[in-house]
Amino acid sequence: MPIASQISMVPVVVDDEKCIADKGCRTCIDVCPLDVLWINEDTGKAHMKYDECWYCMPCETDCPTDAVTVNIPYLLR
Amino acid sequence: MILPDDITVTDVDVLVIGGGTAGPMAAVTAKEQNPDAKVMLLEKANVKRSGAISMGMDGLNNAVVPGHSEPEDYVKEITIANDGIVLQKGVMAYAEGSFDMIQKLDKWGVYFQKDETGEYDMKKVHHLGTYVLPMPEGHNIKKILYRRLRRNRVIIENRYQAIRLLKDKDGAIAGCIALGTRDADIIVIRAKAVVMCTGAAGRIGLPASGYLFGTYENPSNCGDGHSMAYHVGAELSGLECYQINPLLKDYNGPACAYVTGPLGGYTANAKGDRFIECDYWSGQMMQEFYNELQGGNGPVFLKLDHLAEETIQEIEHVLHTNERPSRGLFHDGRGTDYRTTMVEMHISEIGFCAGHSASGVWINEKGETTVPGLYGAGDMASIPHSYMLGAFVYGQICGENATQYALDREFPELDVDYIIAERDRILAPLKRTDGIPPSQFEYKVRRLVNDYLQPPKVTKKMDIGLARLRAMEADIEHLYARDAHELLRANEAQHVFDCAKMAAVASMFRTESRWGLYHNYVDYPKTDNDKWFCHVQLFKDENNEMACSTIPVEPYVVELDEQEKNAYQQMRVQAN
Repeated sequence: MPIASQISMVPVVVDDEKCIADKGCRTCIDVCPLDVLWINEDTGKAHMKYDECWYCMPCETDCPTDAVTVNIPYLLR
Repeated sequence: MILPDDITVTDVDVLVIGGGTAGPMAAVTAKEQNPDAKVMLLEKANVKRSGAISMGMDGLNNAVVPGHSEPEDYVKEITIANDGIVLQKGVMAYAEGSFDMIQKLDKWGVYFQKDETGEYDMKKVHHLGTYVLPMPEGHNIKKILYRRLRRNRVIIENRYQAIRLLKDKDGAIAGCIALGTRDADIIVIRAKAVVMCTGAAGRIGLPASGYLFGTYENPSNCGDGHSMAYHVGAELSGLECYQINPLLKDYNGPACAYVTGPLGGYTANAKGDRFIECDYWSGQMMQEFYNELQGGNGPVFLKLDHLAEETIQEIEHVLHTNERPSRGLFHDGRGTDYRTTMVEMHISEIGFCAGHSASGVWINEKGETTVPGLYGAGDMASIPHSYMLGAFVYGQICGENATQYALDREFPELDVDYIIAERDRILAPLKRTDGIPPSQFEYKVRRLVNDYLQPPKVTKKMDIGLARLRAMEADIEHLYARDAHELLRANEAQHVFDCAKMAAVASMFRTESRWGLYHNYVDYPKTDNDKWFCHVQLFKDENNEMACSTIPVEPYVVELDEQEKNAYQQMRVQAN
């Protein structure tokens, strides 16, 4: 069964300028109940890797540098 | 026999699965009971921010506080709200533990609203009694629980999904097998007693938005515990009594009539008129809600636009900082202002949740399931209308009893063949090079649930739905995962699939209508107390088939008056 990939606009946005994941911070990644925030191997910063969001806010609330913004997923807006 | 090297085994006295609400309480209680016991809290996400209350809670929905109500009053109210089918002893055990738990949480630093005299500021939302206690600053509750876990030296294992429970050759619990969500490693926790606190099954139905994770419940609560209990041979109960909630349309979070009601807000139809007398969630209330949605006066709205500015600000503060704080963002995106606009509401997809309804893994008043050594608490266990405080009280009850059970027991022997077979089954999607993505499989299950299993329930439709679901059994061996995260979703999807079948099988078994919309069975529109005053139990039979039977409702410990029995049947506002 062959597969294809589709693109998806994800609701959580991380500001690379502010994100300190490359210095070892894992706060947003740790608190996400759905485990959808991962390190971007290219930049060392956090990013939303999977479009599976409950727009629940711990990532934004707990981020020590205010780098994370949660938006409402497009399908719900 | 010993296990292969790729499976790590850890021995603990008490294993608690699920670190949301009930779980931390169960684990802390177990350590308080026996500080020498090894107690592990296993969590699929991270205990710091997991479960239904990851961002806190805005109030207690069922606080039994002296001076406002007695445990007997509460047992009566819940019996009536649940059309009589309750294990009253179980509700009573909650009600009697309610106030002590509030005081315990208060001592731990949870802030409950108090009036000018320092008493708890109770609000009336239920049809009969007064049980709601606001927590306007309830956003820090997970932090408080986390501190207690650390202080009591509970072993925390984050990012492991429990997938199957293990039992010994005598049929008693022996632990669980779990999957690492980051590295796809398999671990076995051998335990003398297990407490399941895995939350609601909130991913059975598909939200109206079509977004798989835009569920009412925290979507990590996907029915892991329901599926595990079923496969280990425990009974589940009342699954035909679905959970369906009134909510903000599309956002899919609670409209929070419990917060707004005491401040003058209410559920209204398109004309701005009240149509239900009471905003407390029950199947009967949901039926009236559904009727209004479908009728010419719909849709339904949360009406706040008549309230004073300071009241609206208070509501915004509570609702936009607690439980589901992104709702303010949602309203901003659409330009919705409580001051000028009624907020459109809808009903949720179906789920299993004892927190709001009555369905779940069967437990008695000691928190015991039908498998020796296996306990259950919170949204996944069958004590009805438990809400957050019920999760805490039953977490404590289970923590006490599981610790006691573990004290009297040696470590059980593990079934190595079963564990190896399960390891291979769990990891199989990762070994394939192509196949069905978990998201497609899950979407199809949940779309079928919406098409065929949502109430109003119709036999022919449920027959088709179940047949379509059963045809999907053949798809499981084609599930394909590219990484550990997709493997997590592939295993979750199989639990969602189990729960969908349970919803169909249990619903078709109870050939009557009961609990308003929750079990509105069109082929059998009347309530039939002669035949169906009983619990419907669902289990895996000797042929490994999903089967149902009935058990009688135990004699009440609190009798109901004849006229009280119908209190929840008269929900609709009568014309003057």
